[in-house]
Amino acid sequence: MSTLVLLLVTGLGLGALYFLIASGLSLIWGLMRVLNFAHGAFVTVAAYVAWSAARALPGDSAWGHWLVSLVVGVLVGGAFAALTEIVLIRPLYARPIGQVLVTVGLALATVAVVQGAYGTDPLQVALPDALTKTTPILGALIPNSRLVVIVAAAAVLVALLFFLKRTRYGLIVRAGVDNREMVTGLGIDVQTAFTLVFVIGGMAAGLAGALTATYDGSIDPGRGTSMLIFAFIVVVIGGLGSVTGSAVAAVLVAEVQQFLNFYGASGTGDFAVVLLLAGVLLVRPGGLGGAAP
Amino acid sequence: MTRPVRLALLGALVLVLAAMPALGITIPGLFDGPLSSPGTLNLLALCFVFGALALTYDLIFGYVGLLSFGHALYFALGVYVPAIALARFHWSLPAALALTAVVALVVPAILGAVCLRVRDIPFAMVTLAFAQAGSILVLQNPFDLTGGEEGLALGGDVLPAALVGVANTRNLYWLALAFLIVVYAIAYVAVNSPPGRIWQAIRENEKRVSVIGLDVYRFKLGAFVLSAFLASAAGVVYVLLQGGANPGVTSANFTLALLVMVVLGGVGTLWGAVLGGVAYEYLDFRLVGFANAGVVQSLPAFFRIPLSEPLFVLGVLFIVLVMFFPGGLGGALQRFSAARISGKATSS
Repeated sequence: MSTLVLLLVTGLGLGALYFLIASGLSLIWGLMRVLNFAHGAFVTVAAYVAWSAARALPGDSAWGHWLVSLVVGVLVGGAFAALTEIVLIRPLYARPIGQVLVTVGLALATVAVVQGAYGTDPLQVALPDALTKTTPILGALIPNSRLVVIVAAAAVLVALLFFLKRTRYGLIVRAGVDNREMVTGLGIDVQTAFTLVFVIGGMAAGLAGALTATYDGSIDPGRGTSMLIFAFIVVVIGGLGSVTGSAVAAVLVAEVQQFLNFYGASGTGDFAVVLLLAGVLLVRPGGLGGAAP
Repeated sequence: MTRPVRLALLGALVLVLAAMPALGITIPGLFDGPLSSPGTLNLLALCFVFGALALTYDLIFGYVGLLSFGHALYFALGVYVPAIALARFHWSLPAALALTAVVALVVPAILGAVCLRVRDIPFAMVTLAFAQAGSILVLQNPFDLTGGEEGLALGGDVLPAALVGVANTRNLYWLALAFLIVVYAIAYVAVNSPPGRIWQAIRENEKRVSVIGLDVYRFKLGAFVLSAFLASAAGVVYVLLQGGANPGVTSANFTLALLVMVVLGGVGTLWGAVLGGVAYEYLDFRLVGFANAGVVQSLPAFFRIPLSEPLFVLGVLFIVLVMFFPGGLGGALQRFSAARISGKATSS
């Protein structure tokens, strides 16, 4: 029983990280039809800058440093994303494949620079003591870091849904996902919405980067890219453009991965997730939350 | 240029390349040793293999418009299946090649059938996921078959003597060159055949092709399987060249590198793709030397760190090409010669 609870909560924690990456990807795809390969680079860069910022801070308040690293992660992710959209994506609006390709180039180049600057080995992250301890829940000792990640992702989900459903810009984004030409035809500036969506996605990815450090206890240059691939799977299973779909699919994918990696041979879970994707595509090509393409 | 002139030039180029191991020419700056030295021949042979591989990728990306992110998987099949059959099962080379041929037809047929149910970007994502599954499988080292992170080395005793050893590098060089020519010929015939014309029609307007009454899915699957099969063949040549398999060829970065090769050379032209593959492999190799050169090492850290990373240089080069030269090297050359011709026309 306690193993079961532990696996469930750990899976939920991993799902939370996937959701933070996938929600941005899904919105960017839904609104702009851009497959953003640089999203993993946002995660990696935010994680490293956040780590450096926390180390450079004076004083020894572990919580203060940790909070600063989260804030820095979010800001760096957002800024990097904004820059990417304005400098690389915007000139290529007329060439969708070109947009994908520049994000591929950006992803390769960015990860290479991080590797060159910090080395390829994982770096240990200093965490507040409370985050390295465990809390007993239903007889299982759950690491506090998992709980923090879950709470943060849940807060982002609520904030995103509030933004999409209750604000004027959210309305434009939702309308744009539904039918971009119509929104443009009504005289609404979709360009601003594009940049906005990129910034929101980048901030969520930046938060994911800083929280990955909390979840793993270390950072390494390849982590963002490897999570990006599972985030792609989450986005396709959840339905492109659907935030709620991403949340459900993120939890589903992470739990399948967690349970099978524990009970099966190592790697079984990762493999099963790909099979799950193939299965969903065969039954519902549009994903769980999306309409058929 | 007229067709006979072009063919004659191509023939001359092939002859020069084939005679390379016998010539003692040195090209200072471009290559370290004389062209006939084993090191240079090995680099050139690798360039040919990647040229051929880029060509197979261009078949589906450039001619059918399928943006696959899983092409590395099929190359890796051609690398790992013969390596496992030779090193682990101790099969003979012909038996190992026969097994590889079967696997290289069956796997893409099954995976392609699933992936092609979706289009465009979802297709890219799904192919990426399958390639990732292949990468996981290789790294997990099931039943100690793949050697995990260390890869698989083919000892001297499992390969024919003519393909082993530094002295026989020239044989491998000729093998790689012959392979590139064969793949080019197959690709040339394929894209100019009736199905090849339909591939290009699908790239231009898929709906229209299906309205005419053609089964788009089946043509796409055919192109997918052909391209994957040829990629596996390139993998076989690669494993012979390298004398073993390494898990790097299964990684997502390798697929992305393939994309860089094709875009570098020019999407949708056969010789452009070959040029891109050759140029990429050459640059990737030479940029490591460039990183250790005194000029770069003496720069301040802000410039030194990025310039020491070949992938950074290639990534930036790629972005610049995509943004400013959408036709790649091939397109740029074509535009240059077109401009010259029109310039001549106006001056006369």
